[in-house]
Amino acid sequence: MANLSNLEGMIDSSPIMKDFADIESSKLPEYQIDSKIPEGPIAEKWTNYKAHQKLVNPANKRNLDIIVVGTGLAGASAASTLGELGFNVKNFCIQDSPRRAHSIAAQGGINAAKNYQNDGDSVYRLFYDTVKGGDFRSREANVYRLAEVSNNIIDQCVQQGVPFAREYGGLLANRSFGGAQVSRTFYAKGQTGQQLLLGAYASLNRQIQKGTVKSYNRREMMDIVMIDGRARGIIVRNLVTGEIERYAAHAVVLATGGYGRAFFLSTNAMGCNGSAAVQAFKKGAYLANLAFTQIHPTCIPVHGEDQSKLTLMSESLRNDGRIWVPKKKEDAEAIRAGQKKPTDIPDEDRDFYLERRYPAFGNLCPRDIASRAAKERCDAGYGVGTGNAVYLDFKYAIERLGEDVVRDRYGNLFDMYQMISDDNPYKTPMMIFPASHYTMGGIWVDYELQTSIKGLFAIGECNFSDHGANRLGASALMQGLADGYFVLPYTMQNYLSDQIKVPHFTTDTPEFDEAEKGVRERIEKLMAIKGTKSPDEIHKRLGHVMWNLVGMGRTLQGLVKATEEIEEVRKEFYSDLRIVGSADDLNTELEKALRLEDFLVIAKMMAIDALNRNESCGAHFREEYQTADGEAARNDEEYMYVSCWKYTGENEKPILLKEPLKYEAIKVQTRNYKS
Amino acid sequence: MEKTISVNLKIWRQRGPKEKGQFVNYHLDNVSTDSSFLEMLDMLNQQLVENNQEPVVFDSDCREGICGMCSLYINGHPHGPVQGITTCQLHMRKFNDGDTITIEPWRSAAFPVIRDLMVNRNAFDQIQQAGGYVSFNCGGAQDANNIPISKEVADVAMDSATCIGCGACVAACKNGSAMLFVSAKVSQFALLPQGQVERKRRARAMVKKMDELGFGNCTNTGACAAECPKNIPLSNIARLNREFIKAKFAE
Repeated sequence: MANLSNLEGMIDSSPIMKDFADIESSKLPEYQIDSKIPEGPIAEKWTNYKAHQKLVNPANKRNLDIIVVGTGLAGASAASTLGELGFNVKNFCIQDSPRRAHSIAAQGGINAAKNYQNDGDSVYRLFYDTVKGGDFRSREANVYRLAEVSNNIIDQCVQQGVPFAREYGGLLANRSFGGAQVSRTFYAKGQTGQQLLLGAYASLNRQIQKGTVKSYNRREMMDIVMIDGRARGIIVRNLVTGEIERYAAHAVVLATGGYGRAFFLSTNAMGCNGSAAVQAFKKGAYLANLAFTQIHPTCIPVHGEDQSKLTLMSESLRNDGRIWVPKKKEDAEAIRAGQKKPTDIPDEDRDFYLERRYPAFGNLCPRDIASRAAKERCDAGYGVGTGNAVYLDFKYAIERLGEDVVRDRYGNLFDMYQMISDDNPYKTPMMIFPASHYTMGGIWVDYELQTSIKGLFAIGECNFSDHGANRLGASALMQGLADGYFVLPYTMQNYLSDQIKVPHFTTDTPEFDEAEKGVRERIEKLMAIKGTKSPDEIHKRLGHVMWNLVGMGRTLQGLVKATEEIEEVRKEFYSDLRIVGSADDLNTELEKALRLEDFLVIAKMMAIDALNRNESCGAHFREEYQTADGEAARNDEEYMYVSCWKYTGENEKPILLKEPLKYEAIKVQTRNYKS
Repeated sequence: MEKTISVNLKIWRQRGPKEKGQFVNYHLDNVSTDSSFLEMLDMLNQQLVENNQEPVVFDSDCREGICGMCSLYINGHPHGPVQGITTCQLHMRKFNDGDTITIEPWRSAAFPVIRDLMVNRNAFDQIQQAGGYVSFNCGGAQDANNIPISKEVADVAMDSATCIGCGACVAACKNGSAMLFVSAKVSQFALLPQGQVERKRRARAMVKKMDELGFGNCTNTGACAAECPKNIPLSNIARLNREFIKAKFAE
């Protein structure tokens, strides 16, 4: 391990990376990555792929089994669509119903290049905005395909009966989101994720009724079973009975969401976890770009130590809300001391810092930029509330549009805010602060959404593919549904076409025996610790380390320190964990402990990935690498690649593999939201 | 401004669906009034774990009032005494220092207790599977703007579609009826042009499944709508009755 005191003044981690990972192997031929991007100009790649891919005929589809883990937008849309095609699908979720997956909580909207507003949108522009928003760290071909199928998603959802917002003329309404100069976001009040998920859930229910999909609720995947080098099944824990169950299939799809709860406090649901990614990692799948974690600028600030989660205030609020802090430090101090109210500060003493710094995009600049700008003002002493908050003010919108219009647009969000904070946002500005929200990094997949393990696919937030170093608002819903409805159902057939002679698998094989044994041993090991700390206590400690050292502002010294502190938390976990109750029974403490064990693996990989990337790009901000005016300083020469990490064993250093990124259809440039 | 209170808790504890349950009393100090109700239960569970006792089992996930996972009968009301919110959105500032709070699971024949405050709501999924969808395969949809839908109709459909499937309506009803839940889904599709083709079949199939699963009959007491955390209005039930009768006559 590197000695912290020797790092004084050092900003480039390259000389010490060998202490954390095997960096050199990335040059070896066996570690060259094949992303399987089709030939041809970018606008024709997906069409060409579909025209030449292999298919499976209807009679054979019936004989092929597919496991889909997760029932969020990606999982439910994939399971239902694969069922419609005629495959036998087994669909798993940890909740009591597929309808409760965390996609349900997405508020603001879903992007599509429909250009219904005639404001200059196109597939190319959506593609361009997404690549630029991701700070040129996403795979060009995947993003183009995403933009291409975006329009099909809206058609599909309207046909499902999703009640999108409409204009008086009866056509679909749009609004704007960050990082775009067009209005391309479709929405259903502040509940777009709910409505899209209920749409996918409805399609899923139709297939369950038909018998093509079998739904398994309250079950958590514990391991992936490999047979002859291919993913052929999973081991799950029945969360109601504690029983360990086996399921086999010709292919396994992970749609398990992001790992944002590595920070403990986040906008994610209580059950969100990164365990599937860790299980895939340990079986040989690469984890990619883990340092790219999105900190969302508009969340309700933390109230205290007993807090369990943070609540997002939709980005759509930045359409009409103006973000500010006091211009004078003494005003900020007076507000923090409770001597002044925000409404006491006259307009000329308010610093609308986003409008000041980024005139072209103003309050609608991308999330990473808005979050960092809030942190910068608070660190400089201009924060309000506890000092870690800024104002989001609707006074101006109410003056311009009237309270009724504002209520119509954001009423449910305002109610939610008032419930949590006990303040009335129609009368006084909202207080907001950034919080962990989404993870751009995840399981590495090729163009076909297949991981580096044959037969194992990853879709939605759990893969790394489309958002680069920063995701634009309203693009997560788009990606989840694109993967599930329109991409995986094609690429899956290309994979299964040579599997038609492989009979249904039995779970009565040595491979399943061994996998189940491993799961049982893992559970017994944790149950046997019999320490004094609950999983939540240890998870909170991990969260503090991650937020302080691997959060919005990262430094070489801080990241090295983070790896050491994560190690300490890990030691505490294995020596002082307490799980009350028994393993072969419903046990919510055991569920938390198992997820936390996996978060410890991810947390360390996040820190190592951030340490390796000696540049600032998108949400990854290394304080050593910034321009004179505080903007991210990218290093395209050395870091225009996807960092993929290969597992080599417990307590062994992971191997770094690099997928170089090439931009052919788009000119690489410095991200500029100022002019 | 933050302050703290002490509360006495009377919580229903039950090992399994077939086992006998009972109320158990707990006391909790230093509860921040800024905490949510479920964060208060987290504190209790932390205290129980410290004493090597099994924590109280309850469902919760998104903790922002949209997933429908959380439940709880609090002081005689599903989702607690404040109207129009879920349990996870209830804050401790709504309680006073020294209050005794009674917490029970949903009580309904169709929702058996799994453990403590956690119940099995699979019956809701089964009703949706019986017909809560528009039958078409992915890929065949026409352009989204081909069929204009008036804003008023879209807004009413959206209000019905807001149902989170938590089951409070069933828990609130003295008959254990699921009419509000079923009517919300039937209404959404009955209002929209995409739902017309299967309109009658859907109403018949969903009502039939609801009856099969042991939910009670509706006697128009209105408790469901009064306790619904999403304020789904009773007019949905009126619409379902019309839809069902029309569908029956068409048979």
